[in-house]
Amino acid sequence: MTSVMAAKVRQKRIAQMIAHGKRLDGRSPTDYREVQIEPGLIERAEGSARVRLGKTEVLVGVKIESGEPFTDTPNEGVLTVNAELVPLASPTFEPGPPDENSVELARVVDRGIRESKAIILEDLCVDPGKKVFVVFVDVYVLNHDGNLIDASSIAALAALMNAKMSNYEVKEGEIKIKPGYKLLPMRNHPIAVTFAKIGDKIVVDPWLDEEQVMDARLTMAVEKDGKICAMQKGGNGYFTTQQILEASKIAQEKAAELRKLVVKE
Amino acid sequence: MKTSQKKPEKLIDEKGIRSDGRKLDEMRQVKIEVGALSNADGSAYIEMGKNKILAAVYGPREIHPKHQALPDRAALRCRYHMAPFSVQERKSPAPSRREQELSKVIRESLEPSIFSEYYPRTAIDLFIEVLQADGGTRCAGITAASLALADAGIPMRDLVSACAAGKVEGRLVLDLNDVEDKGGEADMPVAYMPNYNAITLLQMDGMLTGEEFETVLNMGLEGCKQISQLQKEALKSKYTAVKEDEKEESEEEAAE
Repeated sequence: MTSVMAAKVRQKRIAQMIAHGKRLDGRSPTDYREVQIEPGLIERAEGSARVRLGKTEVLVGVKIESGEPFTDTPNEGVLTVNAELVPLASPTFEPGPPDENSVELARVVDRGIRESKAIILEDLCVDPGKKVFVVFVDVYVLNHDGNLIDASSIAALAALMNAKMSNYEVKEGEIKIKPGYKLLPMRNHPIAVTFAKIGDKIVVDPWLDEEQVMDARLTMAVEKDGKICAMQKGGNGYFTTQQILEASKIAQEKAAELRKLVVKE
Repeated sequence: MKTSQKKPEKLIDEKGIRSDGRKLDEMRQVKIEVGALSNADGSAYIEMGKNKILAAVYGPREIHPKHQALPDRAALRCRYHMAPFSVQERKSPAPSRREQELSKVIRESLEPSIFSEYYPRTAIDLFIEVLQADGGTRCAGITAASLALADAGIPMRDLVSACAAGKVEGRLVLDLNDVEDKGGEADMPVAYMPNYNAITLLQMDGMLTGEEFETVLNMGLEGCKQISQLQKEALKSKYTAVKEDEKEESEEEAAE
């Protein structure tokens, strides 16, 4: 019971500080936690990256296999994003089929990549209507300390950029493997920026304690030219119009900053 | 997966008229009926263009399984589901990941509107069945669901009204239909409580510049305000129906 009380006191303190434009961990409302990106951790995967966002830790593996295209896009490769909230990552994660939180996480990460057309899917066609490459992006949450969406989308982008495909050649609809590797064809680099609304203030990159007191959550994915390419509101609260317009401006700035960490010119 | 539907060559003509004859900022025909189902504690039926959607509320009622009970408020549970015949190619009746996500965001869009703290340890179950889909089903679903909650007599802060706006062939438009959603550049569903200036659902896929986003958001909010009027009329018309019936009868008698 004492720990419950302590948590309540702490939550109250977090909310009070944010009301005054401060955060318990010393960040400003628009500061991210430290971001560490480690690409290519898993040799067996075509692409991979581990991202640490403060204490949040996410590993993304990219596997590329041949498969069938969707009937409405016969000339394009397929992108599939899945997310696993692995039980070792948090006392609140349980084994079992994906719950709505992991489905939402996967779909928000997917939306940013898909809508910015980050992967050149047209280049992944082997035999139109029959055979294409399927890009599997598996998000593996290893430690949950808040803001899984941003950590996962950075990790997914880093893993895709790091993904190497065998140096194939297509002859009469068959894949011929040549020596060497080539990179997965990419044209855009979407970055997700997530806000928490606490009281009537908004802060970026909420950590777990802040997520526990937040009223609502808003994610905006921004592509390389600063356009917004995906959005998702979550949580039981609401945002005012002014807060959303303010968030869209901050998102554009923050995405540009974060992108520099992933995309080295 | 997208359904194979014939896409018209141009979605918007030179005069700014859309493939279904609407202007850029024009909403589809909306028809709402409150209390469409007799078994449910509250219900509503909505047609928005070709969308045909039923929403029903059961509760507040005893919660099962018990461990889902919340000590301080009712648990709002939501299932958004599409009928297998609601789309061009048959949809498997098993809930898809899209339906799971929509169930979550719809629940979260309605949660701020109800005084769930009045009914601790109970469940309020909300079911949305899409009978026919034509783009913008989550918005039409929220609009109907909010009315179903009101119809069930659950105390509410405001009605939640929802409408999408987006970008099609370079033009910013209100209330995208299915072909516009699939052939367009951006779709942004918005849910709103007009009396609180509270945006309770916001999603977007596609590409918008910062300026376009601002315009599209305002278009969506205007759409929500129109929907809100229609919702109020629909509620009133159910609860004044008895009066209206009497009036009509007497008029008919007079005509005879």
